[in-house]
Amino acid sequence: MSLDLIITGVGGQGNVLASRVLAKAAMEAGLPVRTSEIIGMAQREGVVMSQVRIGPPLWGALIPDEKADVLLGFEPAEAVRGLPKLKANGVAVVNTAPVLPVTVALGLSPYDAAVYLHYLEKNIARLYLVDAHGLALQAGNPRTLNAVLLGALAALDVLPFAAGHLLYFLLEAIPEHYREVNRLAFELGRESVKE
Amino acid sequence: MLIMKKMLLMGNEAIAWGLVEGGVQVAAAYPGTPSSEVFGTLAELAAAKGFYAEWSVNEKVALEVAAGAAYAGLRAAVSMKQVGLNVAADPLMALAYIGVKGGLVLVVADDPGPHSSQTEQDTRLFARFAKLPVLDPATPQEAKEMAKAAFSLSEALGLPVILRPTTRVAHVCQDVEVDEAALPPPLTGRFAKGSQWVIFPGLAAKRHRWLNDQQDQAQKLFSATPFNSCREADSPLGVVACGVSSTYVEEALADLGLAVNLLKIGTPYPLPAEPVVNLLRRTRRLLIIEELEPVVEEQVIRLAWQHQLPVQIAGKYNQAVPRAGEFNVDRVRDILARFAAGKEEAPLEKAAVQAADLPPLPVRPPVLCAGCPHRASFYAFKKAAAGMDVVFTGDIGCYTLGNAPPLNTVDTCLCMGASITIAAGLHRAEPDRRHVAFLGDSTFFHAGIPGLINAVYNQAPITVVVLDNRTTAMTGYQPHPGTGKNAAGKPAPALDIARLAEACGVDFVRVADPYQHEEAVRVAKAALAHPGPAVVVMRRECVTLSQSKTAYRIDQEKCLGCGVCLEELGCPAIFPGPRITPACVGCGLCAAVCPAQAIAGEVASR
Repeated sequence: MSLDLIITGVGGQGNVLASRVLAKAAMEAGLPVRTSEIIGMAQREGVVMSQVRIGPPLWGALIPDEKADVLLGFEPAEAVRGLPKLKANGVAVVNTAPVLPVTVALGLSPYDAAVYLHYLEKNIARLYLVDAHGLALQAGNPRTLNAVLLGALAALDVLPFAAGHLLYFLLEAIPEHYREVNRLAFELGRESVKE
Repeated sequence: MLIMKKMLLMGNEAIAWGLVEGGVQVAAAYPGTPSSEVFGTLAELAAAKGFYAEWSVNEKVALEVAAGAAYAGLRAAVSMKQVGLNVAADPLMALAYIGVKGGLVLVVADDPGPHSSQTEQDTRLFARFAKLPVLDPATPQEAKEMAKAAFSLSEALGLPVILRPTTRVAHVCQDVEVDEAALPPPLTGRFAKGSQWVIFPGLAAKRHRWLNDQQDQAQKLFSATPFNSCREADSPLGVVACGVSSTYVEEALADLGLAVNLLKIGTPYPLPAEPVVNLLRRTRRLLIIEELEPVVEEQVIRLAWQHQLPVQIAGKYNQAVPRAGEFNVDRVRDILARFAAGKEEAPLEKAAVQAADLPPLPVRPPVLCAGCPHRASFYAFKKAAAGMDVVFTGDIGCYTLGNAPPLNTVDTCLCMGASITIAAGLHRAEPDRRHVAFLGDSTFFHAGIPGLINAVYNQAPITVVVLDNRTTAMTGYQPHPGTGKNAAGKPAPALDIARLAEACGVDFVRVADPYQHEEAVRVAKAALAHPGPAVVVMRRECVTLSQSKTAYRIDQEKCLGCGVCLEELGCPAIFPGPRITPACVGCGLCAAVCPAQAIAGEVASR
């Protein structure tokens, strides 16, 4: 049984690390895995879309349109941008806190978080909105945003491994002195979507 | 004993491990997306595994260093991005004639899309031009196996071998089997003198015939590699898929429920005749799917004609398959469905599902970081040139982003080092204008110096600004000859760009700190007023490497609401209000430009 996840966000939010942690957890669960993202010019406040594919079966690293089982949105507008990848009955976990690009500050681009969130609510059957930024601050470090979102995802019973398994490989990927705050962030994320 | 361990590796990391398993002894590279992590990984492994690894000044230099080692019988590897091979083309073409003793592998990463490159050039075509064998991996695991096998292939043929991953192999992560204990042989080689190493025209004429013969040898070797495989089906249809496209083809065939004869090619040049002819004999209609150029397709057409096999061949030449851009499962499924249905017309460029219905989304281009010293340098020159008619020529690096509003300080960008030479050329056409060239420190060492010498020698009165942020930032903070560190992180001689410029004959050379705004503007004005070539080194460490303790705040009582900080700098830490977000790292540029002195720094606790 395969699982395709799309992770959308902005360069610097920790979404690439999230994709690596999901992939490592899958690999250590004995499952074949692929991830893909564009790095380089797209870093630094640019759009970053990570794709994580867990098999079997498994071929290439790119998820076809309307085939992703899960959308993990690190930012409302980027969640909307990634939506064409999500399948009709897909699951989405989306951070409600916007990251405004410079083009918005300069008046060159639109940005309406309420419109984006409404659009997501209208178009996603199973949507979980999480104030991941707020919970990361509550955990003690805004950079634990990715841990909050991974925690929320792990609470949903869609991953082919347990939440503790994912947490283990998240903490393994993080320097020791940041582990406790990330553990807390992961737990806050998990509690935020308990059904 | 061979103990394989499963690791989650990016394609580039997997290639590095394959090179180590293949016994690499000397490795050299210049960084470039999407290739940089190949050498980055090698540099990390070099000390423990006992091989030599260097960041070279440019790709030509890297290839020549590797060639020297291979002349002496060592196994050598170089890595670069596809446009880097243009820089290394001179040694590459002649090296194909001279040949190598130790195995020499060139890892050249292509970038269909392109995502991070100035061209979509296809290195498989370059390999055919140079008459060198090329391997085209489908996955990171296969890329690792190919990197390993490439050394013995190179030694069997006496030729350099090119391994050409694309972005969707180079930057894809996979669970990869690695021999963690692999240890290359010790670094002992010996160059045996002989006339075969000196390329006079007489030797070139002889070696050209030899090189032509090697094409057939390579083709025969490729008939027996595991990198090509055929899956037969009871169908008059056949598909040939090359490299990463084969993964999209397999998924799309499964999705469509189509069974066709499928030949997966990992050795696009020279294309092995045997499996292709076998497939041609089995099929009536054949589709060739490969990204970019019709490298495999042209060879299949030739083989079909030579063997008089009446097969209809679909691909780039009947517009069934696009010749530009990156493929994915959706695009390939569309091509396959049309082919299976016998439709000849070009596939429609399929828009993403639902994309038309999405609410208006913000444009989110990559931007210069908050506090980036390049922003301060660009702004200083803009201020200094106010009222003057100036063209700003740019170069390859983070600073190409100076093109975006509100800075608008990059009017041209062509290739590495061209900021200086394009400026000199523009001057000949429009001597009444001022021409200011911006290039980074690593780019200056890579390809800037000959252009600067040329400007001095030919008296081009241009202003050259070296944006010296003490690293090669865009590709991942690699060291370069100005940083005082080598690839192993050990101390190395630090070359001083200002002294180099003086040695090139420039009589106006100044060093300024772009964070000292007034002083930077003063230096920029003096450089612009100088009648001959002038060089300004804007020296300030890359903001992602420095640890600033100061955060700036706007005093709303003093703020005039004039908008200078917000509208002229394009800093991602300043938002309407105006207010400064926690992204501020304290460069102080906004405080320097504020006409009301409403912005001040304070020592933050973070």
